[in-house]
Amino acid sequence: MGLTRRIIPCLDIKDGRVVKGTNFVGLRDAGDPVELASRYNQQGADEVVFLDITASKEKRSMIIDVIQRAADELFLPLTVGGGIRTIDDIQKTLRAGADKISINTSAVENPNLISEAANSFGTQCIVVAVDVKRRTEDSIDKTRIPLQDGNSCWYEVVTHGGSKPTGIDAIKWAMEAETRGAGEILLTSMETDGTKEGFDIPITAAISDNVGIPVIASGGVGTMEHFYDGFVYGKADAALAASVFHYGEMTVTQVKEYLTKKGIPIRPPGK
Amino acid sequence: MKSVVIVDYGLGNMRSVSKAVEKAGASVLISNNLEEIRSAEGIILPGVGAFHEAMTKLADLGKVLIESEGQVPILGICLGMQMMMDFSEEHGLHKGLGLVPGTVRKFPDHPGFKIPHMGWNQIHLTQPDDPLFSGIPDDSYVYFVHSYWADTTAEYCVTQTEYICPFASSIRNGTAIGVQFHPEKSGNTGLAILENFIGTM
Repeated sequence: MGLTRRIIPCLDIKDGRVVKGTNFVGLRDAGDPVELASRYNQQGADEVVFLDITASKEKRSMIIDVIQRAADELFLPLTVGGGIRTIDDIQKTLRAGADKISINTSAVENPNLISEAANSFGTQCIVVAVDVKRRTEDSIDKTRIPLQDGNSCWYEVVTHGGSKPTGIDAIKWAMEAETRGAGEILLTSMETDGTKEGFDIPITAAISDNVGIPVIASGGVGTMEHFYDGFVYGKADAALAASVFHYGEMTVTQVKEYLTKKGIPIRPPGK
Repeated sequence: MKSVVIVDYGLGNMRSVSKAVEKAGASVLISNNLEEIRSAEGIILPGVGAFHEAMTKLADLGKVLIESEGQVPILGICLGMQMMMDFSEEHGLHKGLGLVPGTVRKFPDHPGFKIPHMGWNQIHLTQPDDPLFSGIPDDSYVYFVHSYWADTTAEYCVTQTEYICPFASSIRNGTAIGVQFHPEKSGNTGLAILENFIGTM
């Protein structure tokens, strides 16, 4: 059957605790990232992402303890992002037991960080997270992408959690990240993030077509069909979701059963 | 309790492998000491990163591994497996430990296939009697991350996986066995494989 598509739950973590609520029954402590990740592991999650949104510098080290405990108990791939700005940060995160690190704003501000990190730790553990927004205005040197409604747009890279426009063309940036040694692109469209209306298919497909490394689609999942669309029309290699899993709207197992029935190559839960 | 020595040559993260081996039922000594590796009951050679750099850092520890072949089980994981082979074509042609005949090659570009080969894929047991895969169902899923693959003959190929081309996802020559995937990241299947490795010690 070959390589399967991956389903990746993402946990937002602040000061060492999961911030979004959960509807899981039977959790001793819904705020403990390791316990929640373990639950996803049982459901058949292919990887887990921890996104550290801790604001204060003093509390940053709390994520290290979480990573260590997760690495000790989980035995599945763990990616950690958020607040990683230097080679030293990357080393500490990997040493704690993360398999991959994800960098976003720091990579845009200093693209050399991607190259240095890839050279030091290998491309396989460097995920470049790309946050994008649609721009409809005319542009000379930007890659325009046709939209379903007949219009076209280009996609701009945004940083600082989507608040800061950079003027950078998303497709060109993804290609540069690959050239510099990124092992994977984690693509989040601000157009769809939080809408529950599905992934931003045009940009997902465009980036997947233009890079030779795996692309993780993120932002907008509301139904199981959205996963299907992301893999088939968005050509994503993996799909990341947070709230649909946290609030118990669907389990990873249900998503996997649905996708398997629809003919998508998926690792069956528990196999 | 049996004790596994994990060879520490200064690259990569030993923590996950170490914890998985403990979970699978052995104690662990992470070591770069020649004597400790020489007297091990079983050895694991982990590895992530680039082939040549890893071989350079391994230095004299490599000689101990070559001496240990035939004496105790040695398990190479991912880059550790690749280092067991004769040569690698990663960034030039570099010599490996030569424990298992064959050459490490880069996946060719192929439309529709991303490189690295990253994610869960199946292992087909080409030598179902191999003790490392005792009780492991054929076509089980394990986790891969790699851009290079082991080119060897059927004699040394223990499991085969399909990505762009069929390749040897596990190799064995005598007591030297290597797996291209990460058992420490492959959930219960990976833990069962590590238990089997401990069982051969």
